[in-house]
Amino acid sequence: MATSARTLINVPPKAKRGDVILIRSLISHVMENGFRIDNTGKPIPRNIITAMVCTYNGVEIFNATLHPAISANPFLTFYTVATESGTIAFKWTGDNGFEAKASAQITVE
Amino acid sequence: MTERPLLPATTRRLFLAGTAALLIVRPAGATPETMAAAIRQVTGGKPVTPGRVKLSIPPLVENGNAVAVTISADSPMTENDHVTGIHLFTEKNPQPNVIGIRLGARAGKAEVATRIRLADTQQVVAVCEMSDGTFWSDKADVILTLSACLEDPV
Amino acid sequence: MTSLSGSRFAVLGSVLLGLAIFAIAAARAEIALEQRRSSYEHMSRDTKAMQDDDLTNPAMLSVLDGEALWNAKAGASGKSCADCHGDAKASMTGLAARYPAYDDVTGRPVNIEQRINLSRERDQKAAPFRYESAELLALTAYTALQSRGQPIAPPEDGRLAPFREKGKALFEQRIGQLNLSCAQCHDDNWGKSLAGNTIPQAHPTGYPIYRLEWQSVGSLQRRLRNCMTGVRAEPYAFGALEYVELELFLMWRARGMTMESPGVRP
Repeated sequence: MATSARTLINVPPKAKRGDVILIRSLISHVMENGFRIDNTGKPIPRNIITAMVCTYNGVEIFNATLHPAISANPFLTFYTVATESGTIAFKWTGDNGFEAKASAQITVE
Repeated sequence: MTERPLLPATTRRLFLAGTAALLIVRPAGATPETMAAAIRQVTGGKPVTPGRVKLSIPPLVENGNAVAVTISADSPMTENDHVTGIHLFTEKNPQPNVIGIRLGARAGKAEVATRIRLADTQQVVAVCEMSDGTFWSDKADVILTLSACLEDPV
Repeated sequence: MTSLSGSRFAVLGSVLLGLAIFAIAAARAEIALEQRRSSYEHMSRDTKAMQDDDLTNPAMLSVLDGEALWNAKAGASGKSCADCHGDAKASMTGLAARYPAYDDVTGRPVNIEQRINLSRERDQKAAPFRYESAELLALTAYTALQSRGQPIAPPEDGRLAPFREKGKALFEQRIGQLNLSCAQCHDDNWGKSLAGNTIPQAHPTGYPIYRLEWQSVGSLQRRLRNCMTGVRAEPYAFGALEYVELELFLMWRARGMTMESPGVRP
């Protein structure tokens, strides 16, 4: 089993300079919304991912604040302009010190 | 010898009513007013004009746990004219905020997609902030159905 | 009183006989082979899209975990699944399409989850995984994926026959406070609406599934328990032979249909 959350990201491996590319991300997380009660009547504490930040060679290109209404196993897609070759990096943070990272390389001609 | 109850009748009834209320544990849900307040927190009270944003969400949903949503804004996405923020709100979920996204001209295209939870049949509102400081919105009504044969009898 | 009573009885009698014949004919409406449809067909466009793409299907996260587990050393043996079975893409291809299969040692059919646990105990000398645990679901999902796109092919094994017959009997037996059998909804009334959702034919083409209702991956056994709760029947205990007998019958009933595992369902 993964020691940190399992992630699936999709970044096109190659693109032409100036292309607008689609980035997709999926991360495994229960996103416990904090509004449920268990079968003994005790409230189940909130445990969600609260943010996902994406950088492109260190420059922030996407920043999302997530609330409990985001489904379990958060799925997020967005676009960015292919400016240069390098690394597109994802960082998720959340309740209880949750942190996960993923990255992909892109070659831009 | 007649038994006397520990608590007089009226106090007992109040106690039982209080306990029953605790057992239900229904959080104060969002309302159109709290949604409006949440939107105002983002806009700072500035006017929000319907248009330039398109909220795509299925009108009829099989299960409220994972509803596909796409928000796209009409913008050239240049340095001088681009989308700086995209926000999503609901009317009847336990609380009104869903997601808040910061973008810049580097996005190239102001379109984001995700999957959200909807607690009930309700209205969903997307609000977009532009680099010129204006706010735009779109709304959609979603009808929720429930899957058949669940784990816990409803 | 006129003497019309004689002819009235005759009319009544023939009407009752007609109704009886109709009732018997209607109750035994097994789905014709060419009319069989996966429950995928009833899903909304967005839910279908979620299943169709490996990057959007949440069950694929579990599959990745399963791949890691396949390659992880386990138990006193210090062996991984890969050490004996090699690359799952080669050795496990078609397996899920022909399970449940007969287990010689216990003398009964076992499903994939049970086969995984039997291998863990017998070959890896490791503790079995709990039913519905993330690990067991992950390995099951990874194994089942290797049959995706292949036709369901129940094995020609005579020893399975009595268990399959029992599964058929379970499928047709009325249960629960609502006194309904599986067949009454899934054979006789598939395609119609039940509380806003379409009744599927109930073929196990996509298991283990990511059920939106569960917000996680789950097994056929978990889904069958939901059905039993749905008709207000006491579900059998986890691992009960009844689930395997039902699965055996359901896979035979779905013979030739295409495996979709891991599927997404509402």
